[in-house]
Amino acid sequence: MHTLLTDYFPILVFIVIAAGVSGAMLGGSLLAGWQKPYPEKVSAYECGFEAFDDARRRFDVRFYLVSILFIIFDLEVAFLFPWAISLGHIGMFGFLSMLAFLGVLTVGFVYEWCKGALDWE
Amino acid sequence: MSHFFLHTTLGLVILTVLECLAILVPLLMGVAYLVLAERKVLGAIQLRKGPNVVGPFGMFQTFADAIKMMTKETVIPSGANRVLFLVAPFLTFLLAMIAWAVIPTNNGWAIADINVGVLYLFAVSSLGVYGIIIAGWASNSKYAFMGGLRSAAQMVSYEVSLGLVIVCVLLVVGSLNLNDIILAQRHVWFCLPLLPMFVVFFISALAETNRAPFDLPEGESELVAGFFVEYSSLAFGLFFLGEYMNMILMSAMTSILFLGGWLPPVGIAPFTWIPGPIWLIAKICFVLFMFIWVRATFPRYRYDQLMRLGWKVFLPLSLGWMVLTAGFLLATGLLPTTTPHAAAIAASAQTPPAVEAAPSEGAG
Repeated sequence: MHTLLTDYFPILVFIVIAAGVSGAMLGGSLLAGWQKPYPEKVSAYECGFEAFDDARRRFDVRFYLVSILFIIFDLEVAFLFPWAISLGHIGMFGFLSMLAFLGVLTVGFVYEWCKGALDWE
Repeated sequence: MSHFFLHTTLGLVILTVLECLAILVPLLMGVAYLVLAERKVLGAIQLRKGPNVVGPFGMFQTFADAIKMMTKETVIPSGANRVLFLVAPFLTFLLAMIAWAVIPTNNGWAIADINVGVLYLFAVSSLGVYGIIIAGWASNSKYAFMGGLRSAAQMVSYEVSLGLVIVCVLLVVGSLNLNDIILAQRHVWFCLPLLPMFVVFFISALAETNRAPFDLPEGESELVAGFFVEYSSLAFGLFFLGEYMNMILMSAMTSILFLGGWLPPVGIAPFTWIPGPIWLIAKICFVLFMFIWVRATFPRYRYDQLMRLGWKVFLPLSLGWMVLTAGFLLATGLLPTTTPHAAAIAASAQTPPAVEAAPSEGAG
């Protein structure tokens, strides 16, 4: 516990200082700049006309697909980190286990590829 | 005096604060001069002079820009979510800074020389996507929203291959500690045996930091400025500075993972006289120059090309190379079973606990 605290305490201090710097810059510019808003200035940016409809409208379903694929593969990377560190100790058995896991994942990946989930036009 | 700093709580806190400032101040100066260097290098490549009016050789250009930006009005659009709108640049800049807490600048010199340094870096750089998506959402503007979506999709796509490349390096090193990763490169830098992964990492780093030729989220000619189109004043400045700070961070990661960090190119006399931090800075500058060079040379990718490169080329390539590396190391029996750090911990476990409460290594 003690070493954990001494190891990670500097990071906490660093985050506090960084937050201070970041906040000071943002707050400083809010204070230093002359704020004079009027309706045209604070309307959403559009090419010279009023916005036609809400900006938060429907968007391409592929963005969802990419995020779902990302979750699967990022989770896989999270599994690979401890495996990579301990491969020297777990040897051939560990290697083959991970290979089986990656094989299942690759089958899914090939399926996605063939289904066109990775295509953008 | 040294007793006060190393053995009392207050002393340690003050020491840590000083260490943090010793990283942050040069970092902020580095960002300022990176902006200038980029404009100068781009100018030179296009046979122009670049900024040369403010101060000698335009040395104070960035500071003049910063002061001007500071005194501008912060326009908050009427349709925006005010709090989230201001949180986004704050978060982006904060995350760009805090990753530096674990970067080792010399043997054992890091603010926090933690065992899971790579994991920390990976986690913090992953969080960067939040600032962008919050900015895109909170602005309540079409361009910002599209830019935010594009940027988020792009960043998560390339993060997967970035993670797999890091796993390749970890297989060779057998430790998540950044200092161990550098020490493992004493004989040969990893950019040689893992050359394809070095290339994949560098290109993914370009995509992660939304740099040309992958600067679609900002694509001036289509999205005007992407997710930060509604920002002005230093709120815009924080995105801008955060992006450049992320560039420096990615260059530092490239240097640490593949170019030997603070190690000299060869461990013989004239090279070893130059201290480690200088080597690290030189390597970071080299990678940064490559970033700028790429920007000046290549046209922007189309979005479908970008996604195809990430998912259909880099992901299978890095996954395959990772399995290949693991199989090769296992077959040749070269897998690391212990590391300098693990050995040090094992050694300290046998000594009395009084020694274990060692002072922060950053004191150097």
